[in-house]
Amino acid sequence: MTGAAAHTIETRRRTQLLVGAGLLVGLIILPVLIPSPYWRGLMVLVLLYAGLSQGWNVLGGYCGQISLGHALYFGLGAYTSTLLFTRLGIPPTIGLFAGGALGGAAALLVGWPCFRLSGHYYAIATLVFGLIGLLLVENWDWVGAAEGITIPFRQQSWIDLQFRIAVLPFDYAMLAYAALAWLVAWLVEGSRWGFYWRAVKDDSIASRSLGVRVFPSKMAAAAISGAITGVGGALYAQYIGFIDPPSTFGLSLSVLIALPAVVGGVGTLWGPLLGAAVLIPVQQISIAKLGGAAGGVDLMIYGGLILVLALVRPQGLISLFGIRGAAGDAVVENG
Amino acid sequence: MAEPLLDIRGVSKSFGGVAANVDISFTVTAGEILGLIGPNGAGKSSLFNSIAGEVKPDQGSIRLDGTVISGLGPVACAARGIGRTFQVVRSFDSMTLLENVMVGSFLRHRNTGTAMAKALDVIGFCGLAARADVPAHDLTPPEKRRLEVARALATEPRLLLLDEILTGLTPTEAQAGVDLIRAVRARGVTIIMVEHVMEVLLPLIDRAVVLNLGRKLCEGTPQSVVRNPDVIRAYLGDRFVA
Ligand SMILES: Nc1ncnc2c1ncn2[C@@H]1O[C@H](COP(=O)(O)OP(=O)(O)O)[C@@H](O)[C@H]1O
Ligand SMILES: [Mg+2]
Repeated sequence: MTGAAAHTIETRRRTQLLVGAGLLVGLIILPVLIPSPYWRGLMVLVLLYAGLSQGWNVLGGYCGQISLGHALYFGLGAYTSTLLFTRLGIPPTIGLFAGGALGGAAALLVGWPCFRLSGHYYAIATLVFGLIGLLLVENWDWVGAAEGITIPFRQQSWIDLQFRIAVLPFDYAMLAYAALAWLVAWLVEGSRWGFYWRAVKDDSIASRSLGVRVFPSKMAAAAISGAITGVGGALYAQYIGFIDPPSTFGLSLSVLIALPAVVGGVGTLWGPLLGAAVLIPVQQISIAKLGGAAGGVDLMIYGGLILVLALVRPQGLISLFGIRGAAGDAVVENG
Repeated sequence: MAEPLLDIRGVSKSFGGVAANVDISFTVTAGEILGLIGPNGAGKSSLFNSIAGEVKPDQGSIRLDGTVISGLGPVACAARGIGRTFQVVRSFDSMTLLENVMVGSFLRHRNTGTAMAKALDVIGFCGLAARADVPAHDLTPPEKRRLEVARALATEPRLLLLDEILTGLTPTEAQAGVDLIRAVRARGVTIIMVEHVMEVLLPLIDRAVVLNLGRKLCEGTPQSVVRNPDVIRAYLGDRFVA
């Protein structure tokens, strides 16, 4: 009787690993089957945002701290790795760790004052911090100010993450990134931290009475979340070969990092990946059809999407598969 | 005489202009079930909040096993062995019953497998084994009360504070609750319980402390406090005093 319950959680986690491994194999084969650079490029973006949103989900989903400033950590990652590469010749495969460390540290610095705020105030505060970051970089000549930085091509190399055949290697680089972000989420979801985050999100007073240190719990989630985002920023910079303030520190990027998790299912393991697979193609098509992301039309489309989703499927697209709950407890609806 | 497990000395607490607790002192001996009674607004839940570290008393001290714990905060109090339930249930609604209780058992068992085994043990003890995988959101109100007891027990407390866990239950459910409380005490846990249902409470408790308007009115055996004229006056008004 009691053994059956243990079985449920453990079986669920083993199934998640198996599905994840199967998906990984499929995604390794997929780009070989689709030689079109356009589709391969789309796959790069889907995987990038899957990883980014998986990182956002650790803090915003499991721990319930909705951040609208994750572009700050993304931008720090992008600029750190790029500056280390262009100024000091340090390869981006090392620079991305520095970018991740800085992203995590920045998330801690933002969390320190802001985690004392509740609910919406936290979201607004992160938004403000994000905009401050954008303004600082826009006016800082040493990092290229508004012009940004173009990353010169040195040589075809995995160490430098630079390739003449542009897209295909990045499919695999981003796949590794998304897979690692997923694995981190899977690990923390089953750990003491994962339980504590969900408890803090549901009822912080009750969690405290059980010995949960609320503030350090949030800080741990922020550090992991910021670090994953920073690494994504570094990879993005090498993929595009050019960074400037709006494309790495912009508000719409902060929204776009959060959206896949929100659309796919907040606080679920598969939500960010599913959301990115649906949302990024829609976003790319809307940019192609409406021309440029600058007009804010894309933001209006996301806003509309969120509204429709909130009304029709508040638990996210993942609930269509019978998976519900804040951390993907697989409960099949109607048996 | 053995040192009391809990020693409350001159505790006062006000919220704005409202004096929720005024100069309250009493002790609780290890192994006993103490009833904390008094009309609505008497300050029972406020006192629980002070004991559990959720609020800091304005004056006075609270000692657990001789060490001052008042003002240390809820996390330190939980770590030192104080478990509690809430008058208005605070379950983690996006989590299953088992996951709720595991949040408690993680306090003393960092490993997920060990925490799960401990939680399942407590859930079985509380008679909820068949409901372990049900989301807390879908539990019935009496089950949610048991969830809170199980969650607190999973932290392996020495002192358990139960705030109106039998209120609103049917007589059968309340009897099941009484059996559970006795079983908890038999495990060596000291209990302070707040309850309004006197016919359920009086046979269960070893001793009672009565609060009224934030002050301690009296304390003693259950039989002696219900005959105390001050208590009758507080509950029913002057004309019922013989
Ligand atoms: N956090 C709080 N803020 C303001 N007033 C409070 C708070 N907690 C309790 N009180 C007040 O303290 C008094 C005692 O409340 P309480 O301890 O809940 O009584 P009881 O549990 O005996 O019914 C009430 O007047 C209540 O309004
Ligand atoms: Mg009360």
